[in-house]
Amino acid sequence: MIDLLLGSVPFLLKGTAFTVGLSAGSMVLGLSLGFIIAFMHLSPSAFFKWPAMFFVSFIRGTPLIVQLFLIYYGLPEFGIRLDPIPAALLGLSLNVGGYTGEILRGAINSVDKSHWEAAYSIGMTPAQAMRRSILPQAIRVALPALGNTFLSLLKDTAIAATIQVPELFRQAQLISARTYEVFAMYLSAAAIYWILSTVISRFQSKMEQRSNRHLRAS
Amino acid sequence: MTSTANMTNKEEKTMIEVKDLKKSFDNNHVLSGIDLKVHKGEVLAIIGPSGSGKTTLLRCLNFLETPNAGTVRISDISIDTAIDLKKQKRAVRDLRQRAGFVFQSFNLFPHRTVLENITEGPVIVKKEELSDAEKRARKFLKKVGLANKENAYPSALSGGQQQRVAIARALAMEPEVVLFDEPTSALDPELVGEVLAVIKELASEDRTMVIVTHEMAFARDVADRVIFMADGQIVEEAPAKELFSSPKRERTKKFLKKILQEQH
Repeated sequence: MIDLLLGSVPFLLKGTAFTVGLSAGSMVLGLSLGFIIAFMHLSPSAFFKWPAMFFVSFIRGTPLIVQLFLIYYGLPEFGIRLDPIPAALLGLSLNVGGYTGEILRGAINSVDKSHWEAAYSIGMTPAQAMRRSILPQAIRVALPALGNTFLSLLKDTAIAATIQVPELFRQAQLISARTYEVFAMYLSAAAIYWILSTVISRFQSKMEQRSNRHLRAS
Repeated sequence: MTSTANMTNKEEKTMIEVKDLKKSFDNNHVLSGIDLKVHKGEVLAIIGPSGSGKTTLLRCLNFLETPNAGTVRISDISIDTAIDLKKQKRAVRDLRQRAGFVFQSFNLFPHRTVLENITEGPVIVKKEELSDAEKRARKFLKKVGLANKENAYPSALSGGQQQRVAIARALAMEPEVVLFDEPTSALDPELVGEVLAVIKELASEDRTMVIVTHEMAFARDVADRVIFMADGQIVEEAPAKELFSSPKRERTKKFLKKILQEQH
């Protein structure tokens, strides 16, 4: 049995690599999309605002697994055929984009009007005020919620197993089917997810500490 | 009114010129046709009961509040509100660079150090070199008596210190006028003096300043001229000593009597 477990290690590590890659990729793409969604939503123009609101409502109102199935199994009907990994990356990024867009919008709105006025009073443009004064403060507010979203993302990558992505959970499934070491395999997968989550949590608290340094009395 | 090319000499000496400025919030007339001139080097104090429109007037001067009608000129920048302000964004920003603004609640950038707060405008808006901006920022910090605080964050400073940094931040843009919106109203009583002392020093340098204030003794001692506002109008306007010693309008007398009782 030890041999069996040891033999499974390369597969689990390979799965872990896919999980980490998928998480990191979706996090970067999703957060970028989130900024775009937030700015669109905050725009006074209905042309930008409404599509953003519609998108956020759809992403938050439907299950991730349905979103992934729409992309992987649904789009081929329209001639758009994506491989499992690009499909998962797209689905997860859109999902993260919807959630982080809403988080960033709320955080930007939470920054008091007086900070806009201070920036305007020294002659800044709205874009300069946003970049130099509002966003840095908004991101500080958003960090805890963003951290939670990335934690969820890491675990949600397991859903990509349902569209054939060879990530960690999928590997655990395959090995346990082959070896009948069901409990040991899923426990190993769980342990790896747990370790990765801990890393994200640690990173999150470091970022929060860093962003709060101006609040510590010197 | 957007043309500034053919100004006469006399107009050049007028630093701020406001004509028929009107502002209302939901049918509530806060300013009903204000005309105002401030000369170069003059210190003007605006006093009046709360709700008289004095803060709104000051905020209209640099378009933190959008007037409904009228024109505002500060130095060489003139803005006519009859023309869509969206087409005058550039002029509004130029005007704001000429008019430093000091807020009642300081409004420092909380995530930046004292020095960064002061260099922010010169570096980002005026595109100055950081080293030059820092050199000048230190000069202004020294002037407001906070040379040893350049690396502190605003949250570590007292209200009086924060307001002095805010004054340094306004001065760092080298504005032609400085607008003060009740600069000591948010301060604990024991911190008022240090801020007033800084403003007093600026007044002695012949800076053009408009100060909305509740500090009557300060207005009397520092201002050249005082305007008393009530119900969105200028009720009385006179040299500072004169307005406080012999107010002409009944409304002014009543106000001064009441507030001087409170303050003594």
